[in-house]
Amino acid sequence: MTISFNINGQPTSLDVDGDTPLLWVVRDMLDLKGTKFGCGKAACGACTLHVDGKAVRSCSYAVKYAEGKNITTIEGLSSGDQLHPVQQAWMEEIVPQCGYCQPGFMMATAALLSEIPNPTDEDIDNNIVNVCRCATYYRMRKAIHRAAGLQSQTAKNQPS
Amino acid sequence: MKNAHRAYLAASLLLGILVLGFSTPGAQLSEPKLPESSESTAAELTPEQAFDLMMEVLTHKRCVNCHPSDDYPRQGEDSHIHNFGVQRGPDNHGVAALQCQTCHQTENNNHAGVPGAPEWSLAPRRMAWQGLTRVEIARSMLNPENNGGRTLEETVHHLTEHELVLWAWEPGVDANGTPREKPPVPKAEYIKAVKAWAAGGAPIPEE
Ligand code: FES
Ligand code: FES
Repeated sequence: MTISFNINGQPTSLDVDGDTPLLWVVRDMLDLKGTKFGCGKAACGACTLHVDGKAVRSCSYAVKYAEGKNITTIEGLSSGDQLHPVQQAWMEEIVPQCGYCQPGFMMATAALLSEIPNPTDEDIDNNIVNVCRCATYYRMRKAIHRAAGLQSQTAKNQPS
Repeated sequence: MKNAHRAYLAASLLLGILVLGFSTPGAQLSEPKLPESSESTAAELTPEQAFDLMMEVLTHKRCVNCHPSDDYPRQGEDSHIHNFGVQRGPDNHGVAALQCQTCHQTENNNHAGVPGAPEWSLAPRRMAWQGLTRVEIARSMLNPENNGGRTLEETVHHLTEHELVLWAWEPGVDANGTPREKPPVPKAEYIKAVKAWAAGGAPIPEE
């Protein structure tokens, strides 16, 4: 079947079996390798991306559901050269170790901050349940708080 | 709001069914309690028999897992708390960045073992069934305070036609590829039983 959607702001149309996981399409057909495969069972969060701004685990999301939607991957999180606050905070806190899980965490965090701009530790615990085998959780928590600060700073600097 | 309540009630019944996500391996499909003979019709059931059959389904984990009495969906044949500490959230669809739809879509995903159906969500707290007796569940189901103001007819519609409820009979496979257990009464028999019970005045037996 033909599926059309926007990926990182670009319209795209593909001829693909509708039950193909969106993750496969993103990585293998669109060659966007930032989104990772971990478990394939919606259990680890490595494959998290955004569908219409909401966090979705793309390993378990059939591409047919993406019809007409706006998909954002880690490659599309920044606005041009302007890093997303989450990306900036991740660099400042030097979060990654091996790095494999990080795009998923960053996309989940960006989705969280769009709903809860200043999350508490409890909000973080409740919302960010991805898995990191290198156990970078401590630095991630710091980076999430820092990203919230950067985001509110950016919002203040925006002309109203 | 009323419509939303209705959607939730329907969702709740079938939801229980839904959220079984990653169930334990080795679960066996239960044998139906009734003979699957075509002669078993609603007209042949007394309201009391119909009640018993209906409740065989409504107290099954495919329903109750999504009708918890706290803020955590259950899953699996052992009704454990949903993995990852998934929570009810303000609208029964999870929390900000961890919603039901982060993982659950409108159909089962049998590659990943993630169940799905339209309106996948948790039943509202008012529709908590976990820990209730059959009689308590029936009273709650017929109580407009709890059921979103449904009439009996609307409740029957929900119980017999809502896709989320009927998902119970097509629950897919778990993360290990093991089929999830279905309710112990075949779908057609269950639907007949609900209608027979309602047609008989929806009597609730004494405890
Ligand atoms: S790869 Fe999708 S959740 Fe693990
Ligand atoms: S940084 Fe290695 S798995 Fe998370």
